[in-house]
Order: sequence, then structure tokens, then C-alpha cells
Amino acid sequence: MNSMLKVSNLRKTFVLHNQGGMQLPVLAGADFSVNQGQCLVLNGHSGSGKSTLLRALYANYLVDQGSIEMRYQDQWIDIANATPRTILNVRRTTLGWVSQFLRVIPRISALEVVMQPMLELGGCRQQAEIKAANLLTRLNVPAHLWHIAPATFSGGEQQRVNIARGFIVDYPILLLDEPTASLDTTNSAVVVELINEAKARGAAIIGIFHDEEVRNQVADYLYNMQADKASEMQKSTSPHVNIAC
Amino acid sequence: MINATSASTVTATVESTTECPLLSVKELSMLYAPGKGFTDVSFDLYPGEVLGIVGESGSGKSTLLQVISGRMQPDSGEVLYLRGSGNAQIEQIEELYSMAESQRRQLLRSEWGIVHQHPMDGLRSRVSAGGNIGERLMAIGHKNYAEIREQAEKWLSDVEIPLERIDDMPITFSGGMQQRLQIARNLVTHPKLIFMDEPTGGLDVSVQAKLLDLLRRLVTELNLAVVIVTHDLAVARLLAHRLIVMKQSKVVETGLTDQVLDDPQHPYTQLLVSSVLQN
Repeated sequence: MNSMLKVSNLRKTFVLHNQGGMQLPVLAGADFSVNQGQCLVLNGHSGSGKSTLLRALYANYLVDQGSIEMRYQDQWIDIANATPRTILNVRRTTLGWVSQFLRVIPRISALEVVMQPMLELGGCRQQAEIKAANLLTRLNVPAHLWHIAPATFSGGEQQRVNIARGFIVDYPILLLDEPTASLDTTNSAVVVELINEAKARGAAIIGIFHDEEVRNQVADYLYNMQADKASEMQKSTSPHVNIAC
Repeated sequence: MINATSASTVTATVESTTECPLLSVKELSMLYAPGKGFTDVSFDLYPGEVLGIVGESGSGKSTLLQVISGRMQPDSGEVLYLRGSGNAQIEQIEELYSMAESQRRQLLRSEWGIVHQHPMDGLRSRVSAGGNIGERLMAIGHKNYAEIREQAEKWLSDVEIPLERIDDMPITFSGGMQQRLQIARNLVTHPKLIFMDEPTGGLDVSVQAKLLDLLRRLVTELNLAVVIVTHDLAVARLLAHRLIVMKQSKVVETGLTDQVLDDPQHPYTQLLVSSVLQN
């Protein structure tokens, strides 16, 4: 099976200069790899560094040591040590990100927000619009909201716009930071479907899911975060693992 | 169980790594008094890239902008610019302060644009809105009145200024409209590189959002390279791909915008980021 992402010996300590130089060690040698079509779930109590690790994978946080190698257009790139320009290219083409919160320019419509990543890739407007509409429909965002800027939406609606935006491009690697955090069961089920479809087309997925039910439906492996020592990768014991997708 | 390949999902064309920077700043310094100005600044800027320069007032960011846009001679260092109109055959790299002043002025009129914080610094107060846009076209040799007027109309509507205001003087415009007119005046000659100094500085928040949206759209559509000086981190986050953080004449931190703002490394950047009011 093809490996998509290899993380080795990742270390990070936050230094808070304005708090008397306080040091917060968060990652102490994270090590794992993820293959095509697999979903790795970062597991651990809050404060164990799951979000820090996920943000490091997106190059949103710097690391002190170690490497994050990603398969990017048939070559390996260490995103932990790449130039900003390379990181932006990797993000545009290869590395998708769905966070809990939506951060966009106030005036842009929901439909446009969803279409943007595909347009930035040089996608055709018409196709982007069809795909965006399809995703918003599946995620039960009512059509009369599509042409309104999402700033006024409810938390759940904003999150669904964010999910549609994350899934509009078929990224080979997808990072999910609690994508179902403020969703009801119907919409959580749609997200599970989207994740499993992404796995079926060969995407490698790394995510954080607090909802145990969702986690069991998507996880192939769990990565148990431990602050003081190197964490371990463990095969998910949930029944779905035996079901081929 | 899976037959997809990693390559099949990537449809984008990515710029080759051999692409030349449009602007290359090397070890540039300009101090007009100790602690006034900037020292030892280096960076590369590529087509389509937006570079934000942030820092407190007096940190030297506006002086830096003046030097790299050919308006103030540096003490030392180089500013290399890839000249030409996107045509590989006639493109060549030139050092800004090794060329004749007339050449630098020519660049400012054609391939470059400058958006001033106070729009009236970049506009002619006694010339109509349409005239302000047309003037830059005439400066690069356009002569046909009907064509110039047509272009002026197109740009007015692109920056969302009502067409019936085309013959009005810009002093009768609101601040937000003046700023949009200044942007139209700069973009009409299809520049490759734009320098902006606090472009949303004196505007209401509602007008600011509209202008940011416009700038972002134009940057993508026209593949513009932009250097933007701002003290507003929210503006930097929305517009800039990369950031340079300056303090007391020096660059203290550089990097990807969201990384610098979410995981700042330098004590000063940490202070700057943690001082922003949240809403």
C-alpha cells in the first residue's frame, strides 16, 4: 500500500516570551505514517497536543525538530522544513484542511466560499458551482442561504460550509479538526459518508474526532497522544475495519 | 481495495521551482538617523504573491516600501526587478538604483502601481474620476479618446463606482470611493507589481471589508504581486500570503502568514498577536 505521509521524531515546545519565557513541551517525538485510503485518528485527552500535531501537519505551527514528509506530485516533500511558497503550493493541490471555525472575508457568499479552493486550482467556474451546490445540498445547507455571506449563519451551518469547502477539491491528504463538533446526527452521518468516500478514492486522512461514534465509523488506526513520551499507533478495534470500502 | 493513485487526484499545474522572482531585495539598508529607517532586509517576491509588512509605527516599514518602490535611494543593498511585460524574450533583471531615474519613473507609470494611504496623495484633485484613470493610460501612450473613456468606465464598474460619477471630481467622493478610484487608476495599465501603504487605514469597517474583498479578487484575477504595509493584523491575515514583522528598523520574524500569526516565535510578534482585540 502506498504511503502518503511520514512523520518522524516530531518535537515541539512552546516558548511564551511574554510570560517570563515559560516553556510548554507539547510534542515529544511523534512518529507515524499514513497510507492511501487510510484514516488515522489522533486520540487523547484535551491538552494532549492533538491540535498542535494537526496544525504542524498543515505547517500552521512550526516544529523544533523532526520531519513531516508528504507525497506531493510524485515526490516527497518535508513540509516541516519547506519554504512558504512550497507550503502554499502543497496546500493548494495536495493538503486539505477542515477546521471547526470558518475564517473568511465578511462579504463573500457561502457558495463562493465553498467554490474558492477549486477556482484557485484553476478549476472551471461552472463545474465548481455544480460541485459546491451538490456538497451544500448533501450537507443540508438550505439553498436560500447559499448567496448570503456565512458570517450570519449558525455555528452548525458555518461548520457545514467549512466542510463543503474542505471537500470540494479531491485532496490526496486531508486534515480534519473535529469536523462534526457542532453537528446533529443527520449531518454527522453525511460527514462520515464524505470521509469514507474520500478514503475510497485513496485519500489519506488524519483527524481529531471527539464523537466516539463518528470516530469508530471512520478510524482505521488510532494514534494515542502522550505528552511525556513517544506516542503509539494502534489498530482501531471498531468493527468497520473489516469492511472493505 | 483502492485503485486510485495519488497523481490522478491532482489536477493543478504548479509553477515550476525554476521561476524567477519578480522582485528580489538583497541586504537592503536605509537609515536616515540612528534607529530611523531599516537595516539588512532581504526577501524575494514572486508573481501572484502578496507580501505583508507589519510592525509598530516607526519600525521602518513605510521607509522600506519607499525604497523598494524606487522612490528613495538606499544606503546599501540591491533591489532587483524582473522587467518586461510577462514575455520571456524581453524580460530582464535590472537593479533599481542602477537604472536612470527616468527609467524608474517609467516603471512607476506602467508596470508598477502605488496605492497611498491617503487616496488624494495618489489622485489628482482637479481632474475628473474618468480623467484620473485615463491619465495613466495616456502616460503610456494611449491616444484614442473613446478607447480611454471605455477603459475608464470598465474600471469604474470593476471597483464598484457608479458610472454617473465618471465626470465628478474625486474630492466630492467619500473616502472609500476615493480609495477604490486610486486602485482603479493604478490597475488600468495592467501592472505586475503593486505597493500599498495602509490601504484600508482611514476607512470604516464596512467599507474596509468591501475593499479587502475587491483587492483579494483583483490579486487573484490579475495574478498581481503585492507588497502591503499595514499595522492591522486582520488585514494582513486576509490578504497576505507571507509576512515580514519589523521592529526598530529590523526584521524580527518572517514566514507564512497564518504560521506567523498562530505560532509566533519572536517575543515582539507574540506581544503583537496577543494584543489584538478579539471579537
